[in-house]
Amino acid sequence: MKAIRYILTGVLFGIIMTKSEAVSWYRIQEMFRFQSIFMYGIIGTAVITGIILVAIIKKYRLKSFDGRPVQFYPKDKRWKKYLIGGSIFGIGWALTGACPGPIFVLLGQGYTVMMMVIVGALAGTLVYGILRDWLPQ
Amino acid sequence: MFGLGKQVEYFNFSWKNQSWNLWFLVGSIIGGYIAIHFLQSPTPIKLSSTTITDLQKLNVSFDGYLEPASIFNWNFLLTVRGMIVFLGGGFLIGFGTRYAGGCTSGHAITGLSSLQLPSLIAVIGFFIGGLFTTHFLYPIIFK
Repeated sequence: MKAIRYILTGVLFGIIMTKSEAVSWYRIQEMFRFQSIFMYGIIGTAVITGIILVAIIKKYRLKSFDGRPVQFYPKDKRWKKYLIGGSIFGIGWALTGACPGPIFVLLGQGYTVMMMVIVGALAGTLVYGILRDWLPQ
Repeated sequence: MFGLGKQVEYFNFSWKNQSWNLWFLVGSIIGGYIAIHFLQSPTPIKLSSTTITDLQKLNVSFDGYLEPASIFNWNFLLTVRGMIVFLGGGFLIGFGTRYAGGCTSGHAITGLSSLQLPSLIAVIGFFIGGLFTTHFLYPIIFK
């Protein structure tokens, strides 16, 4: 049962996102108004932890639990999609107060209204898939 | 996906190889449930008082919980404003995440951790969008 590992990682993610208050709509409003260091502390700590872990993984060539080496692929350098796509995502992030992971954590907390966000996100993904070849990359 | 893979190349992927994503989401839902039912945090959360004042100006009162009860309910959802916030917001999240090739975890955390410039550009984008919502859309939607 490989699935159980992914489920457990998800459970841990859900608990941490809730207890750290990173799933809070209020906290996202606070962050976008630069009125507290709170969210920057969470993201900053995650980035520092990430830098250390990436360095360790690269140094010791660690493998993922299906036995393949963990690899980091450089992202392609075309900047338009990052800036435009990122801005579109940012509008939605501030509107709902949730990014993709927390949408599901909030659903688990009993906020059934998040189902509408999921419907919207699936529609957005669908439309992107169809329009992709016509968008500036 | 639902036969779309045949028409749109983007949706031509292997469900089996991507199934871990879905298991992770199942876990996230369970994690949220466990955290809220068995690991309750003290309320009210310690939100900045300036944020509380700013939100009051938009007629959103701070109730001390993680999410404002006045917004996160079906009565609000089924209004024009509610649909803009939840359905519209969700659409932009889905579209933008795919367009930018990642979201908060993929760019802001993992991307910056592996010191990639494209991720920094994406994060700058996140804030351009977030500030636009905060200063232009919210005053229109909530006032």
